[in-house]
Amino acid sequence: MTDTQSGLLSSQHDWSSAAARKRVKRRYAADRRLQFYGIGAIALSILLLGVLFSSLMFTGYVAFYTTKVALEVPFAADQFDKDKLGDANYRGIAKTAFLTYFPEVTSRAEQRNLVKIMSSGAPYIIRDFVVANPDRIGSTVTIQVPVSDPFDQLYKGVIPRYIDALGQDRIALFEKLQRRNVIKIEGGKAFAATDIFVNPAEIPDGDITKADLHGMVREGFAAYYPKQTSRAYQEILAEDASTQVLRAKIEAEPGIVGKTVTLMLPLAPAYDELARTGASKIVNPRFGDKAEFVWFDKLISAGAISTPFTWELFTNADSRYPELAGLAGALSGSFFALLVCFLLSFPIGIATAVYLEEFAPKNKWTDLVEVNINNLAAVPSVVFGLLGLALFINTFGLPRSAPLVGGMVLALMTLPTIIVATRAALKGVPPSIREAALGVGASKHQVMLHHVIPLSLPGILTGTIIGLAQALGETAPLLLIGMNAFIPSIENMGLTQPAMALPTQIFSWADSPERGFVSRTSAAIMVLLGFLVIMNILAVYLRRKFERKW
Amino acid sequence: MVVYLFLLLLAIASSGFLLGRFKARAAGVGQDVKMHSLDGYHGWFVAAWAGIPAVLLTLLWLLFQGPVIDWLLVGSLPANKVQAIDGGKLQLLVSQIKSVAAGNIFSQPEPFVVEAAERYNRWKDIASWSLFAVATVLALVGLLVARSRISPRFRARNGVETIMSGLMIACSVIAILTTLGIVVSLLYETLRFFDRVSVVEFFTGLNWEPQIPIREGQVTAGGAFGALPVFWGTMMIALIAMLVATPIGLFAAVYLTEYASARLRDVVKPLLEILAGIPTVVYGFFAVLTVAPAMRTFGEAIGLNIAPNSALAAGAVMGIMLIPFISSLSDDAINAVPQSLRDGSYGLGATKGETITKVLLPAALPGIMGGILLAVSRAIGETMIVVMAAGIIAALTLNPFEPVTTVTVQIVTLLIGDSEFDNPKTLAAFALGLVLFLATLVLNVIALRIVQKYREQYD
Amino acid sequence: MEHQVVEGSKPVTVPALDPTITARGVNVFYGDKQAIFDVDVDVPRNAITSFIGPSGCGKSTFLRCINRMNDTIPICTVTGDIRIDGEDIYDPRLDVVELRARVGMVFQKPNPFPKSIYENIAYGPRIHGLTRSKKELDELVEKCLEKAGLLKEVKDRMNEPGTGLSGGQQQRLCIARAIATRPEVILMDEPCSALDPIATAKVEELMEELKENYTIIIVTHSMQQAARVSQRTAFFHLGKLVENGDTRQIFTNPSDKRTQDYITGRFG
Repeated sequence: MTDTQSGLLSSQHDWSSAAARKRVKRRYAADRRLQFYGIGAIALSILLLGVLFSSLMFTGYVAFYTTKVALEVPFAADQFDKDKLGDANYRGIAKTAFLTYFPEVTSRAEQRNLVKIMSSGAPYIIRDFVVANPDRIGSTVTIQVPVSDPFDQLYKGVIPRYIDALGQDRIALFEKLQRRNVIKIEGGKAFAATDIFVNPAEIPDGDITKADLHGMVREGFAAYYPKQTSRAYQEILAEDASTQVLRAKIEAEPGIVGKTVTLMLPLAPAYDELARTGASKIVNPRFGDKAEFVWFDKLISAGAISTPFTWELFTNADSRYPELAGLAGALSGSFFALLVCFLLSFPIGIATAVYLEEFAPKNKWTDLVEVNINNLAAVPSVVFGLLGLALFINTFGLPRSAPLVGGMVLALMTLPTIIVATRAALKGVPPSIREAALGVGASKHQVMLHHVIPLSLPGILTGTIIGLAQALGETAPLLLIGMNAFIPSIENMGLTQPAMALPTQIFSWADSPERGFVSRTSAAIMVLLGFLVIMNILAVYLRRKFERKW
Repeated sequence: MVVYLFLLLLAIASSGFLLGRFKARAAGVGQDVKMHSLDGYHGWFVAAWAGIPAVLLTLLWLLFQGPVIDWLLVGSLPANKVQAIDGGKLQLLVSQIKSVAAGNIFSQPEPFVVEAAERYNRWKDIASWSLFAVATVLALVGLLVARSRISPRFRARNGVETIMSGLMIACSVIAILTTLGIVVSLLYETLRFFDRVSVVEFFTGLNWEPQIPIREGQVTAGGAFGALPVFWGTMMIALIAMLVATPIGLFAAVYLTEYASARLRDVVKPLLEILAGIPTVVYGFFAVLTVAPAMRTFGEAIGLNIAPNSALAAGAVMGIMLIPFISSLSDDAINAVPQSLRDGSYGLGATKGETITKVLLPAALPGIMGGILLAVSRAIGETMIVVMAAGIIAALTLNPFEPVTTVTVQIVTLLIGDSEFDNPKTLAAFALGLVLFLATLVLNVIALRIVQKYREQYD
Repeated sequence: MEHQVVEGSKPVTVPALDPTITARGVNVFYGDKQAIFDVDVDVPRNAITSFIGPSGCGKSTFLRCINRMNDTIPICTVTGDIRIDGEDIYDPRLDVVELRARVGMVFQKPNPFPKSIYENIAYGPRIHGLTRSKKELDELVEKCLEKAGLLKEVKDRMNEPGTGLSGGQQQRLCIARAIATRPEVILMDEPCSALDPIATAKVEELMEELKENYTIIIVTHSMQQAARVSQRTAFFHLGKLVENGDTRQIFTNPSDKRTQDYITGRFG
């Protein structure tokens, strides 16, 4: 009671002092800061998600319509052999039909270029039409065929007709010259007013070579760019023209040798255009030359171009030409692989889960099984691909690139998901149901088969669908077992035939250089995400609908 | 052929079911004794004995038929043709024989190849016909034996249940077999790799150029299998990914568990889950399409030269992928901290922020650390993002704006396309795979240990 | 030790004890922990026997030995000898599934299957193959519902889920389900603890009727219930059988001090 130390406790803290107030304020500020970081982190994540989706949609939506040109194709009966409808000269038929839009183009070389506007798949589209409708032979039919990829992209506004001829760094360099008032425009042409010292040492014998002139021009021009390489001057000036100007000057006034003159040197075409118009453009190298634009514009003004929905995206197989490439092969490959995956992982997963959850004695062996399942869930997917390659393909001799092997590998990866989901669902069935069934004399297996498994089926199915959705998006193991084969035809699809899957198709399109494959890839991703969304909605629906509160 | 066999076996099993049930019914009606088991169980019992052994036999047969015939084929080749060539050529020869056997003849093959092809076809025929016969006989014998056991006192239900238990145990063994398969196949190919390339070089060498064609007999002379730059690149990209994912994921988790209203949580959590559900190939394309060009443009604007396949772009996108992973595991860890600790802190007049930073996060630290380790293991095993967005050339650099390569990228690039199983290039992929498998395994085991310890602490 | 039970030392008022179930020297262990100590008890035919005692005294555990429900708990072991009509129910050759059909059970909480009322009752007969035709099964279901006094209430909604019934109806459904396998013995593990008094009265009434045909054992913590419905009572305490005898005698003149303390409310 009389302890002297009690003074520390009993002394009053002044909460209203300025220092104390400040302290509290500071503490609240720290609290707000933490909150702010949290909101920032969440906002950033959602923003990134948004950027991801919008960039996919922005690049992908154009793939859902195709630029097509209408061909009036006269099917003359003498062109076809009734028994071999597929063997007629469809290339010629397509070319003739297309060229009717351009009666004025007669030279063969021009015609060859012209036909490049039309997709090289056009003859096959006409062939397929004839084979499907042999009764139309003898009549004239309007068939829509895609235009080739550059024009498809051009019409959709994805790529421009002309691109900047000069890079940003070159333009910056040139602007420096302009700021120094070196660039003059006279008579519709741009010149660089350059001080050149006509060096007598360069022309000792009076015989002026080109190299001599080069050296002088270079020296004079280099003064503007002390740090730049000579490349800069070579690019900006029209080289030969410049030397000619110098030569003419020297020849006209021999007295200038040993003096400095200011010469108006002509610029290279790109810089000339830049100086005059403020921008310099060249034809997009994806196109041949300007004439193609004229032809294409003629097609547009003739009303021959239309942009229908790209059903081909779902009905065509893969192709080297983006305007013809479709997902049918990939969809069927994914379907077969998922089928195999489901048929294997669903029963095996349920059996394993039921055994571990309901029957297995607690011992080292079942512990081992459990540890294994947990670890398998964390093994990188590419390792499963290695397993498939070494074991299924190399050792057991199963076919490469086949959905069968793909499905088997995916099944091994899906198993842990299904097992975990099934065990959770089994745990959810209350023991009173088991007791009730046991009480009327059901055996343990009957309790499982008649009561517990049916009651936990919604949970099991939910887990299975989520597992299959993961399997659908899995890419790396399929690449390793070769399920990225290029399959340009959808005939002959099967469990053991070489195939492609949706994600590997995305991967291979993403790797292709043609511009059209960018939007095709985005579109394929949208299709893949669409399937995933449907599967997840189904899973959520099942869970909501059949969820039981015991 | 195989499909028909399976259909036949299915038919035998179904008729076994019907026969068994019929006999049981007849036996039950005839006598006064009550049947021990329902008729259906007798049917299932017979069907199981007719179907299961035959199907198992067929599967095993199919698995081993190929290797056995190959082995016989190699053995039957003329000795002078086989002795002179090494393993890779032999494999080539075998596949040539097979393609000749399948009827694809491109050039005039040697006569002994044609002979071998005929032998191969003959053996394949013999094998499939004998499989057909043996499996059918086995199914019928199973059916008859099982059917003969049917009597009123026969405990068919118990028999069927024993079979079911056996099947369930067999299924649960598959998990172990898978792990075993991974370990054995990786180890086997890795050991073959280390026959050709020294272990020391693999783990300490600084030069990784596996694409160089290596002539026979000079296998180790090429010596471009120093995997250190590959490991370095893997760690660098994983580090960048964690630098992106950890703060974002952790702050998001803190906000969601402690500050956010229930409604906000209900909206934000599914959105983060969407981020987790996006296939990695999509992230890879996102990196190539959007992130890398954006970084490049930004770099140009501030005078930095960022490579189009820089470690930064691949790592950052991988980080985005890992955000939901970190946030949900941190969420769990923070939620697991008992309410009493919060109450204690609030009771002293601490602000929410102080409670979080001084009490909750330290208490949840083991759980969060476990989550981060799991995420690291994900990051080093992640394949598609780096295959699409990172480099192929192994470089030992500290600069995140330059391209580096990773273990997974190398595995995929080494194995994509045709792979000869005798080439050190192919085998190197398996050695990398083994390293990857072991690294992720160790990380996972440690992480799970930490998480488990942590859970026990508060349970 | 063997016959430490106080049977001999007190006047037995139930004249002819015709035991269905005889248990001798029953011990139950949960792992290393012993839950039941050396219990001997006889249960008379076509009568209601109640097991009473404070919570945790082992009365339910012992009840679950009689249809071997304890087998479903892996760490539980039972030793000793329990016979129904002279047949050793722990004989390894005996099929436990058959036993449970012969010894029905009703649980503390009503636990109908989440199926239709009809399916709830038909399930047992179906898995045991007790009926030959659909018609026979329909009749059996109806008879069981009638016996359980539920038929009138559910006749028009046989295909509605059993979980939709009220608590008391659910428990009577469970009793109907138990008698559908034509058992000789019905075990009831506190069947009324989750029910309101009116439902309890109905179930008790039902038990009274059922005892004509079945041997019934009820575990209850309510002494009033034991006194109301049972003819014989066994008192368990700390895993031991303290006293076993005629209900009236146990409640009016218990021979053991602990029994007296319990029924007068000193503990429990």
